[in-house]
Amino acid sequence: MEDKRQWPLYEVFIRARGGLDHKHVGSLHASDARMALDHARDLYTRRQEGVSIWVVPSNAIVASDPAETDSMFEPARDKIYRHPTFYEIPDEVKTL
Amino acid sequence: MSAPAPKVDSDSLFRYVLRLGDLSLVLGQRLGEWVGHSPALEEDLGLANIALDLIGQARLLLTYAGEIEGRGRDEDKLAYLREQGAYFNAILAEQPNGDFGQTIVRQVLIDAFQLELYERMATSRDERLAAIAAKSVKEVRYHLRYSSDWLVRLGDGTAESHARAQSAVELLWPYTVELFAADDLDRLMAENGIGPDLSEVHAAWSARIDAILNEATLNRPADRPHAWHGKRGQHSEHLGYILAEMQYLQRTYPDSRW
Repeated sequence: MEDKRQWPLYEVFIRARGGLDHKHVGSLHASDARMALDHARDLYTRRQEGVSIWVVPSNAIVASDPAETDSMFEPARDKIYRHPTFYEIPDEVKTL
Repeated sequence: MSAPAPKVDSDSLFRYVLRLGDLSLVLGQRLGEWVGHSPALEEDLGLANIALDLIGQARLLLTYAGEIEGRGRDEDKLAYLREQGAYFNAILAEQPNGDFGQTIVRQVLIDAFQLELYERMATSRDERLAAIAAKSVKEVRYHLRYSSDWLVRLGDGTAESHARAQSAVELLWPYTVELFAADDLDRLMAENGIGPDLSEVHAAWSARIDAILNEATLNRPADRPHAWHGKRGQHSEHLGYILAEMQYLQRTYPDSRW
């Protein structure tokens, strides 16, 4: 049941600067999306952390089940050939 | 054009800049009282952010005032060692926080005033004031977004929040008249292109406030003549308490730093 005494929870994503992805930075309470944007601005961009904000109702996020961690993620562990670590990287390439 | 504009003496400019700075300083100090007491942690930070913006404006303005005066007083001396009668803020800023709704109403009324004022002052013939106004107007635009959003939520909210918001509007409205009551100092600045024409600011403010009150389903009270002059240093009983708290440390331990 929804608790009317507490505002709904929102997750906050901030884009640090143009060209970068939005990153999850935390969560907050707000009565609606516009208030969530204001709160995100006041809570998470006080020190010039970003140039763009996304807020998402926390209950709109579908999360994987921690109980299924083994079956979800273990099978990838022994497939190191999926990492591109067998290539020789030319010296000219600075960042990869 | 008419006769050459009268020259602005430094004492007049000093007092005018203090009017602007004191409004921000006193309102910022008031908002600071909410820290740790807001209805939600998020609002605590929201109000504190606005308070810090206002104190930042006050620092720029008081520093400039001190330079105009030329007697070696800096922002701290002006903020912490002036008596009540030497403060020139309109008394709306010093009115108590009351409940959250009352704080929001006071904030909307002053935010909208500062927005219209700074927008015009950004083209002031005084370059320093123009620069301070151009910086401050961005802050104030957000302040009004925050405060007017809240006023709409409260006014157009529950029966309880509507009633409280309306009574706060009735309580604080009479103090708005002083903001726009131009005296010789305001006129001198307007004539010299340093400050805006307050009747122009009033008209723009009025239209903005009407739109917000309308959306918040709140009624606008009638204007009444006012008998107080914070802009001339005649304050309500509240300012003394604010200054006592704000100035305590510097007066008890003169020149202390940390």
